[in-house]
Amino acid sequence: MTIATFPPEPKPPAGWSRYFGFSTDAKVIGIQYIVTAFFFFLIGGLLAMVIRGELITPASDLVDRSVYNGIYTMHGTIMLFLFIFPVLNGLNNLLIPTMIGAPDMAFPRLNTAAFWLVPVFGTLLIASFFVPGGSASAGWWSYPPVSLQNPLGHLINGQFLWILAVALSGVSSIMGAVNFVTTILRMRAPGLGFFRMPVFCWTALAAQSLQLIGLPALTGGAVMLLMDLSFGTSFYRPEGGGDPVLYQHFFWFYSHPAVYVIILPVFGIFSEVFPVYSRKPLFGYVYVAVASFIIVGLGLIVWVHHMFPSGVAQWMRDLFMATTMLIAVPTGVKVFAWLGTLWGGKLRLTTPMLFCIGGLVNFVFAGITGVMLATVPVDIHVSNTYFVVGHFHYVIYGAAVMGVFAAIYHWFPKFTGRMPYEGLGKLHCLLTFVGANLNFLPMHPLGLMGMPRRVSSYDPEFAFWNVIASLGAFLLGVSIIPFLLNMLSSWIRGPRATHNPWNAIGLEWLLPSPPPEDNFGEDVPVVISRPYGYGSGEPLVEHQAEIEQRLRLQEVAA
Amino acid sequence: MTSSSKAPLNTTAVVGVSLWVGLLVLLSHWMAGQSQRWLPVQASNAAPLVDGLFSFETALGTFVFGAVLSVLVWVLLFNRAEKYDDSDAMPIEGNTRLEVVWTAIPFVLVMAIAAYAMQVNHRLGVLGPMEHIHAHSPIEMQGGYAGDRLPPEQVEVIARQWSWEFRYPGSNVASTELHLPVDQPVTFRLTSDDVLHGFYIPAFRLKQDVIPGRAIDVNLTPTREGRYRLRDSQFSGTWFAANQADVVVQSLDDYHSWLKQAAAMPLQPGLSVAVQEYGERLRRSNPGWATVPPAPPPEVNVPGNPSLPHDG
Repeated sequence: MTIATFPPEPKPPAGWSRYFGFSTDAKVIGIQYIVTAFFFFLIGGLLAMVIRGELITPASDLVDRSVYNGIYTMHGTIMLFLFIFPVLNGLNNLLIPTMIGAPDMAFPRLNTAAFWLVPVFGTLLIASFFVPGGSASAGWWSYPPVSLQNPLGHLINGQFLWILAVALSGVSSIMGAVNFVTTILRMRAPGLGFFRMPVFCWTALAAQSLQLIGLPALTGGAVMLLMDLSFGTSFYRPEGGGDPVLYQHFFWFYSHPAVYVIILPVFGIFSEVFPVYSRKPLFGYVYVAVASFIIVGLGLIVWVHHMFPSGVAQWMRDLFMATTMLIAVPTGVKVFAWLGTLWGGKLRLTTPMLFCIGGLVNFVFAGITGVMLATVPVDIHVSNTYFVVGHFHYVIYGAAVMGVFAAIYHWFPKFTGRMPYEGLGKLHCLLTFVGANLNFLPMHPLGLMGMPRRVSSYDPEFAFWNVIASLGAFLLGVSIIPFLLNMLSSWIRGPRATHNPWNAIGLEWLLPSPPPEDNFGEDVPVVISRPYGYGSGEPLVEHQAEIEQRLRLQEVAA
Repeated sequence: MTSSSKAPLNTTAVVGVSLWVGLLVLLSHWMAGQSQRWLPVQASNAAPLVDGLFSFETALGTFVFGAVLSVLVWVLLFNRAEKYDDSDAMPIEGNTRLEVVWTAIPFVLVMAIAAYAMQVNHRLGVLGPMEHIHAHSPIEMQGGYAGDRLPPEQVEVIARQWSWEFRYPGSNVASTELHLPVDQPVTFRLTSDDVLHGFYIPAFRLKQDVIPGRAIDVNLTPTREGRYRLRDSQFSGTWFAANQADVVVQSLDDYHSWLKQAAAMPLQPGLSVAVQEYGERLRRSNPGWATVPPAPPPEVNVPGNPSLPHDG
């Protein structure tokens, strides 16, 4: 292990105020990330309500078309760059050091800087609502030339702020990725070899490697877009000899892997949660772990499937169709492993378990529509229609967000020291599952019928499914109320949590709840077996009985 | 798929699982039939090929989803922990043979789908609807498709913010409503005056981005008379949603008489919902956010009538 010395730091403030300052404690930063992400989640969700309000009738009658375009653009951008990435980075911050027995992240100050960029670029992005001309409105892809049309001609315009925010988000994500990868590679507890590492850490390592490989392409592409927009260059402007399709390659070279950056850690969450509440080891641990890196490899060579109708050669269509289909194989390995874990288990249907089961159902459905989208002839018909919108909302909301909720309920006691309420949690889960399916399932028939995405009005034949989708969306909007109530009330006055309320196996469960600032400090336990030893009776670490006895005594004393 | 392998091998289990798999197969077959009802009418030679592939994928997808859901429902019904039972389950860590099986089967399955899809791709390519050539790249034109397969009718499609213009160079006609003869191969030459657009006719299962600075040729054969919708499928700005046009497929005779009548009609402004709404918008006190003004409506012989009912 490397030993670094830092100048002595002033003692950080305890209590609530530490969450509002430049803390270097990964556990504080993790919660800062998650709370900030949910703040933006509410804004993005509110925009989604406006979108579904507009689409509940065929005519464009709720907001002006230009405003609608801005709202759907900001909804996508906020949900991806300001909600799902930050919330997952929050979980990385909480879970990686505690799961591998590290005192903190490898570069705590870089970690602070990476987090504090989020409110900075968040403010920049939200500010674009208030500049003359309105926010960016070319979609979260911001394809040129439409994204280069600057109707008012001002230097500071919505699109300009959008590009700045996305570039800063990339910088923040790269800083985070460097930190997470280094921490996992260099700071594991003694005895914690790669094949004893929890799958969440495997998937985080895989996802953050993708960030490091892919983000430079997006950032480069965005810089050229900014040059074209503000300084008169013609990287993408056809009238100056540029090529608008070039941007699409830069954009998707990152933005397709970005889907795996989102879903891989969620696979990690599923792999952590299913064994705990089935009381069984993860089925085929090694295969599940390694499949993450196969997904990384394949995920980097599929981006052209977003461009099948863009005018790409036939051989590219065939090649990228085949690579895209292959991703189903390692993904299938994971799905079957989870089913194998559940099979013959002793299932406990707690809130996190229910969120994971619901998320798994949604994910399998999304996987099937994903295979359909991979085949070129079908994709030609349904690309850029509501079929795609339905597909990726099943992935992102149906699977990823449900997995994030599972993680929050599962690890909430560990990091707040309080127990969440089960009844509210289950209500939240039910509303989320029903709302998501009611909202996103009708999008598939709409797409098959030929309703393009991003429209502010549509032909009357699409009205029926749109009404149902809107009602589902409003239900999803309501579903967040029990969640917020649960989080606030249990954090303030929920029952005290023991160090291991779910009887789970993992280094993080051998820490007090909440863990001290330096986690294990000097007494990092020596790991002696694989994770998920449910039913085997083997201890995870040396002197496990004494460690647990000490924690119990502390809890009794408190 | 996992259910049969882990159950104790007794006759009841084998019969039960086989019966259930049989039911799932029946359900998948039924869904494959249903899937055709979710799609618009088939109005081109591409449509049956695309729909056949989609139907096959629906069947496979139904089977996989049904199997996964069956396992989940089974464990939820029969593998719940008893109340107050804190004990662990049997520590089964994995099974290499199963891993091989559930890697190999999906691999074969997706490669089969890919092979089928490539075959459809190839056939569509021979028919033409997938191919494109760049006007400024003669090499690609030779490689793209042979000159003797060039269809007789050529329609120039010009996409703008926010209108579609169709020009029939052979007949000296321009229109904002697309007329095509049934069962005759046709080539569209797609160009854009400003930004990206998407040339999307759902009933034809045809979609091709229109890229400024390029001319892209797409060809296919309409196979069913009727009135269909052309929709812009690549986001093109404020009036993107209103950038639609009608496609009228008619008999060869009707088509020729339409061309003849059209050629005799004087030029007039074509359809543009955007131009009309932009005018109303300027009169409002709160006109919304900044927008690029719409291009003036193209001067055409036939504007067409967008209020007639369409078939998909």
